[in-house]
Amino acid sequence: MVSTILEASHPTSAPTLSPWQDFKPGEWTDQVDVRNFIQTNYTPYTGDEQFLAGATARTQQLWQQVAQLMQQERQQGILDADTATVSGITSHAPGYIDREREQIVGLQTDRPLKRAIMPFGGIRVVKSALEAYGYQLDPQTEEIFTKYRKTHNEGVFDAYTRDMRLARRSGIITGLPDAYGRGRIIGDYRRVPLYGVDFLIDSKKLQLQSLEVAGIDESVIQLREEISEQIRALQELKQMAQSYGFDISQPAANAREAVQWLYFAYLGAVKEQNGAAMSLGRVSTFLDIYFERDLQRGIYTEAELQEMLDHFVMKLRMVRFLRTPDYNELFSGDPTWVTESIAGIGEDGRPLVTKTSFRVLHTLYTLGAAPEPNLTVLWSEQLPETFKQYCAKVSVDTSSIQYENDDLMRPVYGDDYGIACCVSAMRIGKQMQFFGARANLAKALLYAINGGKDEKSGEQIAPKFEPITSDYLNYDEVMAKYDQMLSWLSNLYINTLNVIHYMHDKYCYERLEMALHDRDVYRTMACGVAGLSVVADALSAIKYAKVKVLRNAEGLAVDYEVEGDYPKYGNNDNRVDQIAVTLVETFMDKLRQQKTYRNSTPTQSILTITSNVVYGKKTGSTPDGRKAGVPFAPGANPMHGRDGKGAVASLASVAKLPYEHAQDGISNTFSIVPAALGKTEVDRKTNLASLLDGYFHDGGHHLNVNVLQREMLLDAIDHPERYPQLTIRVSGYAVNFIKLTREQQLDVISRTFHERF
Amino acid sequence: MPTSTSISGRIHSVETCGTVDGPGIRFVVFMQGCPLRCLYCHNPDCRQLDAGKPVTVDELMQEIQSYKSYLRKGGVTVSGGEPLMQPDFVEELLRRCQQEGIHTALDTSGYVLATSKSVLKYADLVLLDIKSFDPQIYTNVTSVSIVPTLNFARYLNEIHKPTWIRFVLVPGLTDAPHNIEGLADFVATLSNVEKVEVLPFHKMGEYKWEQLGYPYQLQETQPPTSELIEQTLNIFSSRGIPALAG
Repeated sequence: MVSTILEASHPTSAPTLSPWQDFKPGEWTDQVDVRNFIQTNYTPYTGDEQFLAGATARTQQLWQQVAQLMQQERQQGILDADTATVSGITSHAPGYIDREREQIVGLQTDRPLKRAIMPFGGIRVVKSALEAYGYQLDPQTEEIFTKYRKTHNEGVFDAYTRDMRLARRSGIITGLPDAYGRGRIIGDYRRVPLYGVDFLIDSKKLQLQSLEVAGIDESVIQLREEISEQIRALQELKQMAQSYGFDISQPAANAREAVQWLYFAYLGAVKEQNGAAMSLGRVSTFLDIYFERDLQRGIYTEAELQEMLDHFVMKLRMVRFLRTPDYNELFSGDPTWVTESIAGIGEDGRPLVTKTSFRVLHTLYTLGAAPEPNLTVLWSEQLPETFKQYCAKVSVDTSSIQYENDDLMRPVYGDDYGIACCVSAMRIGKQMQFFGARANLAKALLYAINGGKDEKSGEQIAPKFEPITSDYLNYDEVMAKYDQMLSWLSNLYINTLNVIHYMHDKYCYERLEMALHDRDVYRTMACGVAGLSVVADALSAIKYAKVKVLRNAEGLAVDYEVEGDYPKYGNNDNRVDQIAVTLVETFMDKLRQQKTYRNSTPTQSILTITSNVVYGKKTGSTPDGRKAGVPFAPGANPMHGRDGKGAVASLASVAKLPYEHAQDGISNTFSIVPAALGKTEVDRKTNLASLLDGYFHDGGHHLNVNVLQREMLLDAIDHPERYPQLTIRVSGYAVNFIKLTREQQLDVISRTFHERF
Repeated sequence: MPTSTSISGRIHSVETCGTVDGPGIRFVVFMQGCPLRCLYCHNPDCRQLDAGKPVTVDELMQEIQSYKSYLRKGGVTVSGGEPLMQPDFVEELLRRCQQEGIHTALDTSGYVLATSKSVLKYADLVLLDIKSFDPQIYTNVTSVSIVPTLNFARYLNEIHKPTWIRFVLVPGLTDAPHNIEGLADFVATLSNVEKVEVLPFHKMGEYKWEQLGYPYQLQETQPPTSELIEQTLNIFSSRGIPALAG
């Protein structure tokens, strides 16, 4: 490519230019290399948010239409469903919200919010989800998927061992993607606007050629079949775009095309896969290059660029999957995890903050706050102060963004990684993970005490061994048995995941997402743990206090009495924090010893999303004094009500957990009322930015920031377990919100929001 | 010079995420002991000098060090109770903080001046609580005389110590216009005061009174209305004193 300067007097000549006109050439011009394109072409922005434009009238009208549909959907459960057509990239006719108004087009089906069925993951789940909302699966479709076409779900259960079924039923391993799409794969959707689909198909054909080797073994056969499928998916993607009147075989030539091509690529993925998390990647700074070029050319105004982005984000908020109500219960709603990773620092030290980093956060104002897309700021101490302050402002105003430590991840993943789901980092287009849900470490501790029997059912789940029979728990004895139990669990866990991902590749392969990857991807086997803080506190109680065992008539330990006090995780007390650290390392080391499918690298996350409640429900009383059925703390959070030194001590405890042993992410949720962040808006922004700088400087990985507004506080009254460390400070005095009486809570609500009449 | 480990004090608790007792994020130490008996006290459990737990300066410093990353734009605030009831401990703590480059603030009622002058050397900022200006109201609220506090304020002015004045606004108790105006006139004579913080009365310490078996006299008192807060702020700002509620 040769770049020439556009003559200022002929801005309208743009359409006749090469799509790459004015871009600096580099390695990216000859081969797929989006990172190189970004690095050679992006314009860092260190100013503040003053340049942003508000929502256009068209955006407001369109969003109102969508909001109405969403309201209707909430009332009905789902708005509409196609009960016969198997969803695929080209399965449905084009759909629109309002053809005249929408600047970025494309829907999963022919009507907004209408749900499609994706039976390759499992037909039973499709059927029961439809029935739960009063729909019937088309008999012919059902026949095809029961008689002629096997699903991922069937494949998994054909291969599951007895152990695996038992562990799944008892809940020591839960949330396994064995009946639905595994998700957590990020296609590099940016490749479609940058190169056009034809270039990508040609490069996939070369990959196929490169696999015409002497030894055609199983791994080569599998990859050759996959790449052929990827090529087919890319061809379908072109067809789908064609049905909306766009030819995406060539690169996008301007900002609008760039957004539209990018969205088509993502849309193809969510038409094909009902993945547990369908994340977007890291697109804002990429798009900014197109936006900047068109601003320079005078083709679009700031308001028009914001409008494009708004309409794109609106579409992302409308992604829907057909899921069963108990799935929604597990994850508190119907999340899609359209995670977009924003900012971070480049390997050359330049911030990857552009005007479009601001624009994408600004959608929380133009369209109002929302959980999707899951806006994730890759935080670095080196980010421009203006951007830090803007992020803090957005958090205070909307509680809608999460933060992850770029300084911690960049050395591992480089500067073009994205977050899948909540906390899982991966190099975009070069890496994927086999999502593994999580193992219940607290239940494992109870199995260690009960000789492998489940504390609720009394059933023998783990291999039988001698239970603990003493009245008081002895630390060394418990630890020896726990270690044995974790060895068993880690082996069973990885074996189970091997079965699942073998079958997912076989029956429910992500053709389009993987088409937007390199030929050879780095795969991780992403295990997870729940109940870390419960176990840390339980072991601390056994070590530093006295824990008496209460057994039922069958001799099963079913409850515990803690005598005396013990150090609790969340108070920056090394006596217990080190127990948590060691636990993370120990379990990870055991996972590392297992043989994994496709030689994937085991990793682990400390993440529960909102399933900490369900895990708690399935787990009996624990030696930390937690009663049976009581929720766990979410992710790596300390147990609620046990942190007595304030939020920073709690952050300091979590920051000690070693990321090198939990590279799939360490989730921490931080909830605070605006008043507790400071007295003025400036104080609140500055203090929140200081908290983030401090936490990440000390090695914290992830922080969900909730600056609670009225609605959240009301919710906290009804669901205290969701707000473990909600702190109210009113000049020199601090209380834990959930410990106040109802009257006091209501008082705080009226005080915090200055609503005295 | 005594070795620092020999200095021990009694503290009630610490708060690691203080955002309302001085600038930025602050590590707040609540000291035991207070000679005042404020009717609205929200930390009545800090009154007794012999309660709480003993801690050495070294121990506390070690803890503070572990939060240094968070305190870069904030610092350490010593509150209570009345921190100047344990001047040697507080002096050493503030001195060590300053040595480590950590900003220091002292939250005090200014009741004890004699033993405090050397402590003040190590305070970058003083948060001086003046509970009222009318001597009678002051005594009603605190059970002690206002004179030491005013002398304390004048001394801070003399040594040019950056100071924030704090005043708790309690309807029916401290909200008389002459009381607030008197305070504002007085503050206007001090050149070291950076701002006045008007703290609206709240009842969230009430349960502590019950737990301690102390009779709480403000059960029927309501928090100030936003109009009253606004009026109060105006009294200060009309005299050119930056004032803020919260």
